[in-house]
Amino acid sequence: MSDAVAGKDGDFSIADGQNLKQRLRKATSRARWQAVFMVAPLGVFVLLTFILPIAQMLFRSVDDPVVSDALPQTVVALESWTDRSELPEEAVYAALAADLKFLRAGGADGEGKSLIGRLATRLNFDTSGVRSTITKTARKVKKIEAPFKEAFIKADKKWGQPDIWASIDRLGGAVNSTQFLAALDLRQDVNGDIVSQPEVRQIYVTLWLRTLWISLLVTVICVALAYPVSYLLATLPLRISNLLIICVLLPFWTSLLVRTTSWIVVLGQNGVLLEALHLIGLVGEGADRPQLIYNMTGTIVAMTHILLPFMVLPLYSVMKGISPSYMRAARSLGANPTLAFVRVYLPQTVPGLGAGCILVFILAIGYYITPALVGGQDGQLISNFIAYHMQRSLNWGLAAALGTMLLAGVMALYWLYDKIVGINNMKLG
Amino acid sequence: MKNWMKGTLLASGLALGFAGAASASELTIVSWGGAYTKSQVKAYHEPYTAMTGTKIKSEDYSGGLAEVKAQVEAGNVSWDLVDVELSDAIRGCDEGILETIDHSILPAAPDGTPASEDFIEGTLHECAVGLIVWSTVYAYDTTKFSGDQPSTIGDFFDTAKFPGKRGLRKGPKPNLEFALIADGVAAADVYDVLATPEGVDRAFAKLDTIKDSAIWWEAGAQPPQMLADGEVVMSTAYNGRIFNAVATENKPFEIVWDGQVWDLDLWVIPKGAPNKDEAMKFAAFSSDTQRLADQASWISYGPVRKSSTALIGKHAEAGIDMAPHMPTAPENFGNALQNDFEFWADHQDELNERFNAWLAQ
Amino acid sequence: MATNDDFIVRFENVQKSYDGESLVVKDLNLNVDRGEFLTMLGPSGSGKTTCLMMLAGFEPATHGEIYLNDRPINNVPPHKRGIGMVFQNYALFPHMTVAENLAFPLEVRGMSKADTEAKVTRALEMVRLGPFGGRRPAQLSGGQQQRVAVARALVFDPDLVLMDEPLGALDKNLREEMQYEIKHIHETVGVSVVYVTHDQSEALTMSNRVAVFDDGIIQQLAPPEELYERPVNAFVAYFIGENNRLYGTVKEVKGESSVVEIDGGGGMIESLAVNTGGVGSRTTLSLRPERVVVSPTAGSMQNVVSGKVEELIYLGDHIRTRMTVSGNNEFIVKVPNAQGHATLKVGEEVQLGWTTEDCRALDAPAGAA
Repeated sequence: MSDAVAGKDGDFSIADGQNLKQRLRKATSRARWQAVFMVAPLGVFVLLTFILPIAQMLFRSVDDPVVSDALPQTVVALESWTDRSELPEEAVYAALAADLKFLRAGGADGEGKSLIGRLATRLNFDTSGVRSTITKTARKVKKIEAPFKEAFIKADKKWGQPDIWASIDRLGGAVNSTQFLAALDLRQDVNGDIVSQPEVRQIYVTLWLRTLWISLLVTVICVALAYPVSYLLATLPLRISNLLIICVLLPFWTSLLVRTTSWIVVLGQNGVLLEALHLIGLVGEGADRPQLIYNMTGTIVAMTHILLPFMVLPLYSVMKGISPSYMRAARSLGANPTLAFVRVYLPQTVPGLGAGCILVFILAIGYYITPALVGGQDGQLISNFIAYHMQRSLNWGLAAALGTMLLAGVMALYWLYDKIVGINNMKLG
Repeated sequence: MKNWMKGTLLASGLALGFAGAASASELTIVSWGGAYTKSQVKAYHEPYTAMTGTKIKSEDYSGGLAEVKAQVEAGNVSWDLVDVELSDAIRGCDEGILETIDHSILPAAPDGTPASEDFIEGTLHECAVGLIVWSTVYAYDTTKFSGDQPSTIGDFFDTAKFPGKRGLRKGPKPNLEFALIADGVAAADVYDVLATPEGVDRAFAKLDTIKDSAIWWEAGAQPPQMLADGEVVMSTAYNGRIFNAVATENKPFEIVWDGQVWDLDLWVIPKGAPNKDEAMKFAAFSSDTQRLADQASWISYGPVRKSSTALIGKHAEAGIDMAPHMPTAPENFGNALQNDFEFWADHQDELNERFNAWLAQ
Repeated sequence: MATNDDFIVRFENVQKSYDGESLVVKDLNLNVDRGEFLTMLGPSGSGKTTCLMMLAGFEPATHGEIYLNDRPINNVPPHKRGIGMVFQNYALFPHMTVAENLAFPLEVRGMSKADTEAKVTRALEMVRLGPFGGRRPAQLSGGQQQRVAVARALVFDPDLVLMDEPLGALDKNLREEMQYEIKHIHETVGVSVVYVTHDQSEALTMSNRVAVFDDGIIQQLAPPEELYERPVNAFVAYFIGENNRLYGTVKEVKGESSVVEIDGGGGMIESLAVNTGGVGSRTTLSLRPERVVVSPTAGSMQNVVSGKVEELIYLGDHIRTRMTVSGNNEFIVKVPNAQGHATLKVGEEVQLGWTTEDCRALDAPAGAA
């Protein structure tokens, strides 16, 4: 074959050799354009609904233009504020007065008043309690005259403390990392040094650790439960295993909410389980009963149940492809059953095991609805706080920072898996 | 940069759906669902549709400004009118995501009193029209206690005298207020105390005493359910939810009004609402004297118009006299506290964080 | 009788049933000589693989006892039997390299690293795969995988190796090559081999003895040439090599031979009475195609019949001729392509002859009276 091509090629000069390539490209270009045309709708769809929103989320975690938009002169004037133990100079107060007056008058695009609201909200995320300082001062700013320093402090005593100024200075850059610091229970103090949040406000490090821990635990439990089940499924006659597979898949066909709430019915204080245990005398009444739901236990139980099929299916599909003769070969070669399993069977299930673990762990690390419903106070995960900042506190920047970190974590995990096991060595089903 | 952001939001919004393309003669009105939405449908929506022919699509949400903000920022507003709490109305107005409402369109009281005087003070705002006074109270299951029954907010925190699980809203508001009142702070001083770090510590210390017994709820429909399931023996709750469970489902629940924290619900119109003018008309119609009084015959929330109070009758289905069940009824209003939206607007971020950190410990 | 010591494997009255209703192996008695290459040959479902699995320890015998080196092994688990085994699809561990596959049986026996390495190298050289130790099985050709599988079964020096249709997945040329290679290895190493196949030419090529299985019973156990030349029943005759069958009734018994009247007026044939009843019993005459002589010299053959040429197929070394003989139109004659061989034409009537010794009267077909 290769001889024939070489012979043909040999008839052309070198320059013609390029022509051959060009002709080949021309011949295949039609097919290539057809392929592009066929995937284009999906590509556009993914771009619009997936890639752009994610890019936007990543961007939002550092994009913080409110303060620089609202107080451009103040931000510039604050650059001269070096001695943080003192209040800024009169010129800074004057710049603030000018900025606020301009905003009250409508600002650059007539939306100045709403910009004041957004400014107040943004600064309040950073320094609690300054929201009303901004809104109140802005309402009175028309009457504020030089000397501005005294006038501002008279309008609200918070203008006489460095905190609010440090806050404006910190957030003055249109792009800043405060949200990422906050997502790690860190903050910048008045001097710009990175310090821990006060202890009573520390929460995210605990949450990250807990999310990792619960995800890991759920993954391990899933492996422990799914491995024997998958083995059974893979070795039983097809007729029976198909029936059992349906049982495994049944949860997939039931709404997530129904499944989660059914755990509430089972594990509740007067739920099926505790009532049954009460009947046989293992638990008492009322306060004596152990709390099985609205805590970490409930979260782990419900999440394990929901994620179990994601472990069973890849394992089953891999095990199904492992011929029983491997185990027999190992036995015939002198390995006892345990050794044969560890040395021969287990390594061959690694692709399914890896896929299942990655799948379960990644799903678990971003799990939201189940912990929200049955997590109670100590079963909440990081995604519940992303949702909380999206829906309740409206601190979208922090939500985006948490989301970005979660995404980065998952990517890192994926990379690690690729390094250790190899991504090709993964079989999803 | 900002335009780029808007562009992607818009594109994503367009790609994800055209929910905003509502027809001109249909209003989309969003409220809290359950018995509360039903009271609005009966008292506002049905008469309005009968009068004008405008169809009304009723949607439920679980509060907060997130969806309104998302719609406005994406330039794809599908909601015409939203029932919000006072703090959200103020904050949304400040951030410019709500339409301003001209108060002159509101009808005067039957006796000619202008709307601006008929509405209780503090219930009309630049971007919002008040509707009802609702209250967070606590209620208990009367079958759980044989001797003394809980009667004060202090009893809620007394697990020795009244053992059993407590249901509380998962958030600092108004648990911190309850904690301080139970700890002996006068209702009038609660927010002054809470504005100090020591006050916050004091409130959390009081909450610590029942943390182990606490089960946290998020949606208003949960507390009556938790009480009915025996999951808790007493729970803080919205008074209307408890009233409905008692009136229509004959549940053995009793409300303790002592230390109630009351708040307002108001109509707001998201900026760029598809049927803004119609929404304005509806807001004016639904907040007139008769409509507000009618609503009170479906749910035990007090109308914000003084002129409506006299018109409150019996429950439309259970036939119970509604007046004594209003948060504003004199016998219930003794030790009552109005939720301070300004305080919460200033401190909610910090207190939410601290509350979450406290919960996670 | 030889002492038990000469047998590496003994099956004693072994029976096997999977479902408790029917027997897959019926009362098996079989001795395997030390150093022997014994093949279990039979169609699928004949019980040969089941026998192998019982010997390997993967299936328990329902009844009877199996002895290995004179030791009953019914209760010995597979990994303690010390039997090497080559599987149908090789069962090379895909996650290990070739060398790791070979080292596996040595490692589980706790052999030192150096010894293991030396043995692995030697085993690889034995199957001429020296440079391939670092490859994964999937990177080898079918024949190479086969050789690795053989090497792995031998590397720990078992005195018995079982092979379960090991060449089934190879193409024809490779299969023949491997047959010789396995035979060669067997002779060099001196290990005993029990080999299972359904391919009779494979069995004949490699074995010292062949046990022909059908219906859970050993039909005949004999060296290849005896099996071919002297099948003891119709099944063996049919299963081993090509074979013309003529059905008839015994008319007369004369010492070692009997006269059989062929059905359909085919006349009388004198044949070797191997497996028939008395006068009047039904029988199957078995006759190898290459033993039929076309136009025999008068008087040289005991049996002479006439046949009509139906079809001629030129096969190089011989011409395969299909004829109608005594109403049987599937009668095959192999005319050797030798100097001065008969030239036949389709439609021609010719005389065919064969001797009494080449025509064996065997048992009647099942179902026939």
